Amino acid sequence: MAERAEEPIKYDSLPNFPAEGFAGTDLGPTRVPRDSPVRTTPLPPQTLFQRHEALLIGSFGVAVFFVAWQAVASARIWSPLFLPGPVDVWQAFLELVNDGELATDIAVSGQEFVIGYALAALVGIPCGLLFGWYPRLRYIFDPFITFFYATPRIVLIPLFIIWLGIGVESKIAVIYLGAVFAILINTMAGVRSLDASLLRVARSFGAGDLHIFRTIALPGSVPFILTGLRLGTGHALIGVVVAEYVAAQHGLGRMMMIAGSTFQSSKVFVGLFLIAAAGLLLTYGLQRIERHFDAWRPQR
Amino acid sequence: MLIPLDQARGTGAHFNGMKLQARDVVIHHRRQRYGDMLLAVDGVTFDVADGEFVAIVGPSGCGKTTFLGAVDGLLPLTSGALALDGRQIDRPGHDRAMVFQQPSLLPWRTVTGNVMYGVELIRIPKAEAQSRAKRFVDLVGLEGFAESYPLELSGGMQQRVNLARALAVDPEVLLLDEPFAALDAQTRETMQQELLRIWNETRKTAVFITHDIVEAVYLADRVIVFTARPGRVKEIVTVDIPRPRDLRVKREPGFVEIERRIWESIREESARDGLAATA
Repeated sequence: MAERAEEPIKYDSLPNFPAEGFAGTDLGPTRVPRDSPVRTTPLPPQTLFQRHEALLIGSFGVAVFFVAWQAVASARIWSPLFLPGPVDVWQAFLELVNDGELATDIAVSGQEFVIGYALAALVGIPCGLLFGWYPRLRYIFDPFITFFYATPRIVLIPLFIIWLGIGVESKIAVIYLGAVFAILINTMAGVRSLDASLLRVARSFGAGDLHIFRTIALPGSVPFILTGLRLGTGHALIGVVVAEYVAAQHGLGRMMMIAGSTFQSSKVFVGLFLIAAAGLLLTYGLQRIERHFDAWRPQR
Repeated sequence: MLIPLDQARGTGAHFNGMKLQARDVVIHHRRQRYGDMLLAVDGVTFDVADGEFVAIVGPSGCGKTTFLGAVDGLLPLTSGALALDGRQIDRPGHDRAMVFQQPSLLPWRTVTGNVMYGVELIRIPKAEAQSRAKRFVDLVGLEGFAESYPLELSGGMQQRVNLARALAVDPEVLLLDEPFAALDAQTRETMQQELLRIWNETRKTAVFITHDIVEAVYLADRVIVFTARPGRVKEIVTVDIPRPRDLRVKREPGFVEIERRIWESIREESARDGLAATA
């Protein structure tokens, strides 16, 4: 038996070999050279503006919008009942806070959202994984999923009110139905679009179904699951408002509906901004989670 | 369960002490699109000795990859027998490991995590699995990249991970399915040289599929030439070039002569296949 086939090449003993090596090429004869003499120059430091460019420009745009809005409202071309300015909206907000009504509304709507959305995630993700993995399960449930996803679930609100009353239960049902299909369908798509070559590798190494599911199907579907969750928040928030519009005792949607029908435009805007803030916060939170799971993707 | 080759039904094959035995292997390849079974491999018979490096070449579509898939246990045989150390192959197992044409790495796992993938499936203590993964990451020359993610690596480096993953399960036979086909010419030569270095350290029995004749001759002890589809063994060429082999060996007359002989053989097959297709 021969000894080692090739001795490691001594770079510096080679004629015509550039002192800095061939940085970035895969020419390392025996070892990819970690300590190869790669010459680097640090980039010039970024200015404060460069580092936060997106945030700064974005904030500037929003500020301009509010100033313009206030200017138009202050000109009083239209009555404040018709078009309140940001200052009017802020005052309405303080008024609602002082009334003590707002806290109850937020609590009720928040409770409906959290329960409905959590149920949707708890049902949507496992079912999506199972239906994506087992075609026969998918064949059974596909007609129902398609039916519910294609139908505006809002039309079910009257039924839910009959079955569950005008309390939080009927709202939770609407929110759940709104979010669950976005989560389920995306999760299912994630499992179905798994890289076939990875599945082959797993089988080749003798992995069983459960192991493949745990090591490939689940992590491979994470981006899809998170997309589903993100879309689900939008559907769920719509559910909160619309369900309360129809019939409710408390909640932001109900507050907005009453304010709207009594020409209290400022209060409608308060509700609008609160819902939008909830949506922004949820999206931001999910983006943070997404970034955590995406550590392996090279920075764009 | 693994059936002793002697009991394999209807093959009349007997264990002859060789590492890998293929006896009249016939494989039909299921084609969902056409709704038929294509005869891909039609009666392949050859042996691979322990510690031998065998390359299989042949015109494209000759069933090389299908054959290797069957050796890996991923595809069923229509008839015939495949045996490793005299035990019939009927499913994937830890005694074989495949290096795939595409790196096929889990993008969310680091280099070490990917090399661990196969090792995790053999029941050994976690600490040992880790030290084993580290050893093979080092062996393929990636010690500075153990915690890198696949998408941060070049194609050649990804294939090094692919190779380390297969070696780490310590298989009896290493199966390589055109592992360097997708690399650029320079990287491919580097990787050929690297593979010989690594093979020299492990001396695993290896079956290497390629369509690159020079690559086959450079790497292998014997080159098995397949006919055009359906694949049969057309010729077995022994490469009597001493090891260790430097890349310069590719320019020597003895090497070029073997290469030319195999080239003629394959050209004949490609031409035959072309005629058959137009007839």
